[in-house]
Amino acid sequence: MAGGGNDKFSVLLPTYNERENLPLVVWLLARTFRDSGTDFEIIIIDDGSPDGTQEIAEQLEKIYGSDKILLRPRARKLGLGTAYIHGMKHATGNFIVIMDADLSHHPKFIPEFIRKQKEGNFDIVSGTRYKGNGGVYGWDLKRKLISRGANFLTQVLLRPGASDLTGSFRLYRKEVLEKLMEKCVSKGYVFQMEMIVRARQLGYTIGEVPISFVDRVYGESKLGGNEIVSFLKGLLTLFATT
Amino acid sequence: MTKLGQWLCGLLLLGSAWAALAGLRLPAPLRQALLPLPVYLLVAFGCFSLATVGFRLATFNDCEEAAAELREHIRAARADLARRGLRC
Repeated sequence: MAGGGNDKFSVLLPTYNERENLPLVVWLLARTFRDSGTDFEIIIIDDGSPDGTQEIAEQLEKIYGSDKILLRPRARKLGLGTAYIHGMKHATGNFIVIMDADLSHHPKFIPEFIRKQKEGNFDIVSGTRYKGNGGVYGWDLKRKLISRGANFLTQVLLRPGASDLTGSFRLYRKEVLEKLMEKCVSKGYVFQMEMIVRARQLGYTIGEVPISFVDRVYGESKLGGNEIVSFLKGLLTLFATT
Repeated sequence: MTKLGQWLCGLLLLGSAWAALAGLRLPAPLRQALLPLPVYLLVAFGCFSLATVGFRLATFNDCEEAAAELREHIRAARADLARRGLRC
């Protein structure tokens, strides 16, 4: 068994209109953790979704128990960074897993994250689409080109020592994530990037696990011109300031 | 030092080495090779970048099995959740 010993893992799931996906991802998480005999809790931070995500979350709390599913909703959309801070305040685990709730990140990788963490006693384990068996599903050539191009540019400019900077499937020691949240100011894709850059600055160690990223099965995937411009701005800001 | 600072330092170092060499009285063939060197380096870096991105683009894994497996897992999850009384 890949059991976590005395470790407890708190999964932070920020949601906005994930009524379809949330029960599925919770089910997969619960099964994964139970199969590997690992102590866990899932903290759902719903930002006032109009589609009734919160109502589904309440049903899940009844099914799985309020020790496993913690609901910490907020009144309106307040962004990812503050969602993590908000969720972390209620986390009782010594490790935090952050992931998307839209099924693009499969919980089956979490045991591999845990194994990797133990193997190198890492502070952070980051999922990577760009190494080994990692990859994506559901991206056309243009999307892949933008992704590869942006990743190359980032590697050249920042030399971050991690291959996937914009991914958001990661495992953190709780105190490390707390420390990083104090330092990080960016939003969106850049936020994930800044976390890794600051982590390196603070001397934290980072392990990597290849993951497959399956683009949203339900709902719209978002990558527009605005995202690209704000990504470039963020990249240049980090380049000039860190 | 910031990454921008490191880049500027590196470029300054290379640039001044080049300028110093260009100022010497070198034999003509050497000089001819030296003068366009910055342009060569730039072009070489451009080619390297294109080749790297092109190669990685071509070898980007398409995770067909992962998507199929996920669809399978979704079916199982739906059935089990319905059994446990989840109303969607």
